[in-house]
This record gives sequence, structure tokens and C-alpha cells, in this order.
Amino acid sequence: MAPDPKQPPFKTVGKSPRKVDGMAKVTGATKFADDLSMPRMLHCKLHRSHVAHAKILAIDTSEAEAMPGVVAVITGKTMPIPFGILPVSQDEHALCVDLVRFVGDPVAAVAAVDEETAFEAALKIKVTYEPRKPIFSAEAALENPEPRLHEYGDEGNVHKKISMEFGDVEQGFAEADEVFEDTFFFEGNTHLPMEQHATLAWRDPDGKLTVWSSTQTPHYLHRAMSKVLEMPPSRVRIVACPNGGGFGGKSDPFNHEIVVGKLAMLTNRPVKIALTREEVFYCHRGRHPVLMHFKTGVKKDGSITSMACKTLLDGGAYGSYGVASTYYTGALQTVTYKVPHYRFDGVRCFTNKPPCGPKRGHGTPQPRFGLEVQLDKIADRLGLDPAEMRLRTLQPANSVTANYLKIGSMGLGECIRKVVEASGWKDKRGKLPRGRGVGLACSSYISGAGLPIYWNALPHSGVQLKIDRGGGVTVFCGETEIGQGSDTVLALCVAEVLGLDLLDLRVVVADTDLTPVDLGSYSSRVTMMMGNAAVQAAERARELIAKAVSEKTKVPVAQLEFAAGRVFDVSDPTGKTSMSFAEAAVIAEAKWGTLGTVGSYTPPPSPGRYRGAGVGPSPAYSYSAAVVEVEASEDTGMVQVKKVWVAHDIGRALHKAMTIGQVEGGVYMGLGEALMEEMTYRGNRFGVHKFPSMLEYKSLTTMEMPEVETFLVEDPDPNGPFGAKEVGQGPLLPMMPAVANAVYDALGVRVDEIPVSPEKVLRALAAKDRRYGPKGFPVIPMPPVTKVLTPAQGGTGRATEHETQAGGVRS
Amino acid sequence: MMRLPAFKYLAPHSVAETVLMLSSEGPGATVVAGGTDLYPNMKRRHQVPKTVVSLRRVADLRGTHAGADGSLRIGASTTLMALERDARLKAERPALWAAVRSISTPVLRTMGTIGGNVLLDTRCNYYDQNLEWRRAINNCLKCEGDTCWTAPGSDRCWAVNSSDSVPVLIALGARARLSSPRGHREVPVESLYRDDGISYLTKDHDEVLTELVLPPVGPWKSHYGKLRRRGTFDFPVLGVATALRFDGDRVAEARIVLNGVGSSPLRCTEAEGFLLGKRIDPETAKAAGEIAFRPAKPLDNTDFENAWRKKMVKVYVRDGLLAAK
Repeated sequence: MAPDPKQPPFKTVGKSPRKVDGMAKVTGATKFADDLSMPRMLHCKLHRSHVAHAKILAIDTSEAEAMPGVVAVITGKTMPIPFGILPVSQDEHALCVDLVRFVGDPVAAVAAVDEETAFEAALKIKVTYEPRKPIFSAEAALENPEPRLHEYGDEGNVHKKISMEFGDVEQGFAEADEVFEDTFFFEGNTHLPMEQHATLAWRDPDGKLTVWSSTQTPHYLHRAMSKVLEMPPSRVRIVACPNGGGFGGKSDPFNHEIVVGKLAMLTNRPVKIALTREEVFYCHRGRHPVLMHFKTGVKKDGSITSMACKTLLDGGAYGSYGVASTYYTGALQTVTYKVPHYRFDGVRCFTNKPPCGPKRGHGTPQPRFGLEVQLDKIADRLGLDPAEMRLRTLQPANSVTANYLKIGSMGLGECIRKVVEASGWKDKRGKLPRGRGVGLACSSYISGAGLPIYWNALPHSGVQLKIDRGGGVTVFCGETEIGQGSDTVLALCVAEVLGLDLLDLRVVVADTDLTPVDLGSYSSRVTMMMGNAAVQAAERARELIAKAVSEKTKVPVAQLEFAAGRVFDVSDPTGKTSMSFAEAAVIAEAKWGTLGTVGSYTPPPSPGRYRGAGVGPSPAYSYSAAVVEVEASEDTGMVQVKKVWVAHDIGRALHKAMTIGQVEGGVYMGLGEALMEEMTYRGNRFGVHKFPSMLEYKSLTTMEMPEVETFLVEDPDPNGPFGAKEVGQGPLLPMMPAVANAVYDALGVRVDEIPVSPEKVLRALAAKDRRYGPKGFPVIPMPPVTKVLTPAQGGTGRATEHETQAGGVRS
Repeated sequence: MMRLPAFKYLAPHSVAETVLMLSSEGPGATVVAGGTDLYPNMKRRHQVPKTVVSLRRVADLRGTHAGADGSLRIGASTTLMALERDARLKAERPALWAAVRSISTPVLRTMGTIGGNVLLDTRCNYYDQNLEWRRAINNCLKCEGDTCWTAPGSDRCWAVNSSDSVPVLIALGARARLSSPRGHREVPVESLYRDDGISYLTKDHDEVLTELVLPPVGPWKSHYGKLRRRGTFDFPVLGVATALRFDGDRVAEARIVLNGVGSSPLRCTEAEGFLLGKRIDPETAKAAGEIAFRPAKPLDNTDFENAWRKKMVKVYVRDGLLAAK
């Protein structure tokens, strides 16, 4: 039988070999940043603001400096250069210079001989503040343009306003049989990684700085560190330690990282900081609270004629990734179901709370919640099965959406069919006893952003291979292992091409001195981009070796096969003429000299050319569908998820166990957001975080985690390495709407707000309209809309009206 | 990382030695058993004892002793895990066993003791926070401040008694034995508590809880219901212990004890009286819940909204009575 070209006889791909870092992780040998220690090391503690919004009038550090054991105390004036992850939002200082903008904003730093002394000294720093009116919600930010948190931004305390229209939404609404309008709210929540951020900085005898840190983005930290400390990048080295979980919470360059870098340079001693859990809550960069309004026109069969989506984001005190987050609340509504006309209006505000940013799903889970719940309402009103309605309106594979996102492989239909069948959806929906219900929702996510965070024409990921004469292969890449398994994927891609056991490879990663740049572990980009770079480097190495072997053995290159650590002549079924990979490497080194290859990856260009087109394009889109079954109590309003069926279109699972692990991890995190996680503050109590601890910030325990049945849909995408797409973020997204839809099926009430807490369920049960959720969306004056003709209208991808200067934000 | 403040550590070998140490060290000294409550509080700097007197080496405070009459004495340093693994406790006093098993997590129950849970510091979302966080609210009445942020108009502290074992012990008629340099005394567990979030205990600072004494179970039937967001880890936002003694199918004696809704456990005497002479059926149980819910005063200082927690008293008393039947 001829091999199926979509299912080549892979050697390693698709199996579940031991992870390359597995033994180190389970034996406790892995060195996380907080495990590092150096002789003469100092400990750093930050003095953080205890007021939400104020001008700094004076900082008295004398008492702290006089304490025995204190080596250095610094304030913001030592580092006046601002930084930030996006070029358009360089609004952070390593230590606050003029204003403090939230409770927890760092003002000063102490380096001392031990942690206890640093802690006591930090308490002795006295800051005189002139209070400013604090702003604790997006609505308050709209109402109070003054006092401004920042000098920049679109106006007052509005950081960013976006208005885009693709096609003609009014025409689309006119063509609709029914038009639905719904308002939703998604409360903010945070990443809650097991590992608290930690950083160690060391000035070497030559005056170069090395920083080991729990960061997902060593390259961006490298740039920020170099900028703020005014040191050339060549004299700064960033090493990202394996992260004990990131989820987007370690994707920004952080104050504490730059502070210990500065202190190490000043004191000429290694300086370490290990944040407390409370401080991790202040680093935040998590899910934005988003108020949303969806207006969707549909035909009687549920097909969408037009959609207009408005979002209002509470950004917290700094820009972070926020401009990109805002675009993302509008970018991916079009990639799941056909939306011929689409409009998006997004607004992000500054408030006196820890900054929001990218958390698993980055800006897309909030609108996905609104969209999928609204579709459930539409199906209900039209008397349609929500699963079948979705199946009829799917965005086709190999198409371009109204907002110019290029879709490659598209397995959502198969995902829906899998979960519908496995869950017994047709026998359950509307048919379970009161208090029990099922809900369905779908989603999609990018496999890496099409553009880098700062404008450049360089590869997004680079891989170098070194092959030694003993047959050893070392793979160098700037990627960062955050628990998602990227080290293993890196080794696996090379091992597959060279026919080696991935555990025989050595990976050297996330070190700006030793490894080529990979932009970082964010936006679900690593497998796609690093994987393609690794495959390219490995294929080049295979070619070098094959050519040399062919020359020596006279076996044509096309006849050489690399497998099981050997190089075979496929025409010799006995294998007797085969040689070990090491022998082949020696032949190749003799011919070519020292063996090394490189590979790199740059995403394909996107057809969108309008301002804002930088957010949304991706080499490939993953798709997910889920059915959840819940039990919801009419007495208490408490919701228990009994079981989850989830299907994920991964393109191809490079490592089956890790892929399923990512799906289950996404389900776990999504259910936490659906049911209980809330990043909330006490606006009437000085704006303190309500409960910055793992005990009172509620996330699921194993007791709440239901059984998960996972299905992988593998329709290889031409852009992915071996056809692979992302899995790190997408499977989280359907959880929140699926839970809300299941609660409706169980009790007949709509909770249009995340989390679906018991209080809200009871209120919905008591409400006349059987709904709990926001009442409306504020009227916000918007800038002129950027109008773009859709591909169906013959558009070029450029705006037709109000095209402003080029250089919109990218992510 | 959060570090402990400096303190003096004493490790007596007997109860007599313990109380003498406490007495001579003065009010700045405190007892530690499992440390699962005290040490986190010390790291957050809202309990900063100069001296910590450990019961770790006081062997005769550990273990349970069943009396011939069916009574049970539990040493105050008995770990929660030891009680959880006590098959006899599970069989004879399932409500207490269930309450113990619901405390925190297995890891913390391995260290934590029953005495520690009985004397658990009252809890509040304005109090159980780091020193730096508390600075942002200018501290609170319970710790270095002058305002109770739960009820700023109030002149008292509203921190919540959050023990799981206490309501059950009260419902089971348990007594507490205390030792001090002045001798021993035995009091009903109920009388250990005061309705004040700060001085929530009636015992003297140099008194050590040595033992809990439970009377024979006899015909009593009991149940513990715990309301919290998650199935582990969380303190109760409402704990309801119900104990019933029947005469035929009629209630001869009833005890309903709430916890987690005030600074001290709350005995629902009116609802108890209402039940006398009645059968426990869904209607009666519901009516008792309506009565019990009235005096409960949950405030905004734990997980969940207080209005919802108050409503839940009805549900949990109703369900607790039906379960205890």
C-alpha cells in the first residue's frame, strides 16, 4: 500500500517519547531562577507603593542605608530611561520616577546581605506622596480624563481607540432576518504560575552583565535591559531559566529584573530577587477586564450576515501589551464562522491597578465568550441545534476572512462532530433533568503572530546545529522552556530529520550569548517558528552528511535514509552497508570541515495592509470545540463541571502526550476562569488588591477538575513543521462560553458575565428576564473608522477611507 | 520569599513546664503546635510573638483515649491527620470526623492539630494579608490600626471564627480542659469563645488547652455541612453542625451551631427550640432554616458575597437537619 502523504512513516513525530527535561524535572534537578545562588550574593527587596495614585514628593532612604548589612539602596532617578514591551508603550520605569500608579508599584530597592535585612530595610524607606485622584475602572477612566495616568495615549485616560470596518455592516444587518444585540462582561484574572518570578544578576570581572531570570522572552528583556542600563547588548547576557509556568505572565520585561541588573553593576556583587506571591499579583499582565457589546445579524438558518463588536478594556496602570490586546479583542471573531461584514470598535483605558497584558488566549477569550454565548442564544431563538448551526456556517479552509486573515487548514467541523458524538449531545441538550445541562462552544487561535513586537525584517526564530565527530548533535535556539515542552519539540524536530533518538541530542536554549534569537514563548509561536527553523537546520545538516556519504559510498543521496541512529542505503534491505550516524559525521567533517548548520523562520506576509492589520495574521490557525456537562444547584447557584469533551485541531501532534497535556491544561485554566477566578480590587479601600494570595484568589483544585476526554484532529497545515499548529492557548477558549451555555441548559438562566459565580446564578434565577449581566455599553466617541473593502467586495487589503500613517502596532 | 521574624523558641517537655514558660515569658509568648496557623501569620507579621513555646516535645498531649462509658478524650496536640485515620472516630462521631477531614489540605492536616483548629485565629480578608498590603489600608483594628475595614463605623473587630471542628464539638457537647500555673479547669467548648474578632478566646494567655472531652454519643445523631468555594484547601465561609436526639420520631433535643458567620460560633437556640417535639421532615427543616438564618451576620470579609452567604444558612441548616435525621 502506498504511504499516505499526509501520514508519512514518522520515526519520532506523533509518538510520546520521554521529554528531554523530564528526568531533571521529576528528580528536582532542574534549576529554576530561585534555585540559583552565587558566592557573595546580595538579596534585593523592592519598596512598593502603598498608595494607588500619587506624585512622589520625596524619598528618604537614609534609615535603610544606615542599617548594618545594607549594601545599596536605589530609587527611580538612577534609571530614568523608560521601557515597555511595545515600542508604542515605553511607559514603565524600573523604579517609579514621578508618579506611582497602583498599590504595589515599585519605588525603591534595597540590596542587603540577606533577605531578612533587605525586607526590614525596605520597610524603613519613607516616601512622601501628594495624593492624586485614583481611577479604578474603565468607566471611571472615560469619565475622568484628569488626572492623567500617562502623558501619552489617545486622550485623557484612554490609552487606545480603534475603529475598523470591513465591508458594510449596515448592509449586512439589512440583509439579516434577525439582529441580536447582547452585552457581556469578562472579569480580569491572572496567570497564577506555580513559580514566583525570580532573577539573579551578576557583573563579571570584565564588567559584562549576566542575568538569569524566569522570563518567557529573554530577547525582549535583553533589549529592555540594554536600553535602561545604557549598556550595549553585546555586554548584556540574558539567560532564561526554565520557567515554572508562564502563561503570558513572564512575557514583559519587569522592574525587578532591571533593578537587580542595576544593583549588580553598582555593587559589583551578584544580586538576586525572588518575588513573593503577593508581588506576582502586582506584576500581573493578566486578562483584561472587558465589557463587550455584540450586534450580530443572522439569516433564519443561523448564518451570519453581519457583526459589529465593541470592547472596553480596563488596562491597569501601564501599556504592557495592551494595544495588541485591544486589537486582539477584535481580530479573531472572523476565523471560525463566515462573517461577510464586520466592524470592530475597541477602547483601552488606564486605571490605577496592576497592568493587564497577555494571558493564555491574549485578548481573544473575552470576545470569544461573548460570541459563543450569543450564538447559543441565536440558535435557541431560531430553534436550531447550536452544533448544527455552527457546522453550516464554518469559515472554509484555504480562505481569506473579511479582515484579511489567511486561513489554511481548518478542522473545526471535525472538532464539533467529535465532541457532539462523544458527549451524547443530541440526547442530552434540553433533555437532562433540571439542574443538569450541556453546553457547546468553539474557538480558534493563532499559531504565532505574523509580525514581531518591534518592527524588523529578521527571522522570528533561529536554530544552530553543531555536529561533532562522535556523532553528538547540539541544538542551539533562543526558545524558552516554560513547561510547555518546547525543549522537547526542538530536539524532536531535529531527531526526526536526522533519524536520531531525541534523548541523545543536547539542547542549549534561551541564552542571548549562546543561542540565536527566538522571540520568546508567547503567542503560541514556538512550535510553528522554532520547529520550522529546526527542521531547516536539520535538513541542511542531513544534506551535508548525505552528500559526503554519497561521495564516499557511491550510493545516490536520494537513496540514503537517516533512521535509528544510522544512515542506510534503502536499496540494501539487509542494512549491512549502513553506517552509524557518528561514522557518517566523521566522513562529512572530513569533507566539509567543522560541521554546523543554521535554520531560521519568518512567517509569510499577510494580505492585510490596513492600519491595525499587524494583529491577527498567523501562519496557521488552530481550532477547538468543546462540550461541557454541568450540574447547577437552584438552591445555591453553585456550578460543578461533571465532564468535558474537547477536540482540538492541532494540524499534527508532534508529541502526543504533551499535546494532550496542553489541551487538558487549557481546559483546567479555562474552567477556573469560567467558575471562579477574579482579579478584583477594593476601590472603596484605597484600591488594594482584594486577596493577593493563592488561598483567597480562587482557582480550581483537583477536587473541581472533571474528567476530560480529548480528541486530536490532525489535518496537517502546510505552514507548520510536519503540519503542526498550536495547542498552548486555543483549547482554553471554549471553556468559559461552554460553561455559561451549559448553565442555561441546566437552569434556563443566562449569566452573561465571567466568572459564572453562584451569586450571579441565583440573581439570574430571581431576575424577571432570567439573566445576570451588564446592562449596557457606554457611548464612547470614536475616531473616524478605518474602512476596508472585504476580499468578496474586491478589496485589496488596504483601507479605502481614513487611512492614517503606516506603522500600526504589531504583536 | 517571605521570611519569619526573629523569635525565641522554647521546647518544654511537659504541660507543667509549658505553662510556667508561658507565665514567665508574659503576654509576648505564644504556644505553637503544628504551626500551620501561627507561622504564616508570623510571616505576614500580624502575629509577632517574642517567644514561641512549642508543644512538639510534650508527648502526653497527643492521642485519643476512649472511656469505658463511650466518652472520648482527644489530646490537644493530636494531629488532624491522626484523627482522620481514626476508624473509631469515623464510625462513632462521623460529623467530627467529616469536619476534621474538611480542614485545609492533607499536607496541612499532617502538621495541624485539633487544639490548633479549636483555637484558630479569627480570619478576615483585611487581616490575613502581608505587612505591606496592610500598610495600604493603614492597618486594621485587629492589628496596629484603628479601623475595622469590614465595618468602618463599628468600634469592634468582625474577624471570623473559621474553625471546622468547633461547631461540631459544641454540637456534640464537648468540653475543653485547660492548664495554667493556677491548676486545671474544664469548660464547655462553647464557653471558650467571645464575640470579638480580637480577643476571641476567653482563656488566659498562660493557659494551655490540653484536652477535648467528648461525652458518650448515646442516641445523638449529627452532621457537619461546610460551605466553601472549593472541595479542599478553603476555610469555611459557613459551617453548620447539627445534632439531634429523638424521642421516637420526635425531636427531644436539638443543637444547631453555625461558624464562619461571626467572630464566635453561633448557637441557633431559637431554631433548636422550634424543633422540639417535631418530626424532621423537609417542611420542618426548611422552617428551622428560616429561623436559624436570621441571627447570622456574615460581613464582607471572607470569600463570596455576604448576602449570598446569609441565604446559604437557610439551605445548609435545612440540609444539615435532614442529613442528621
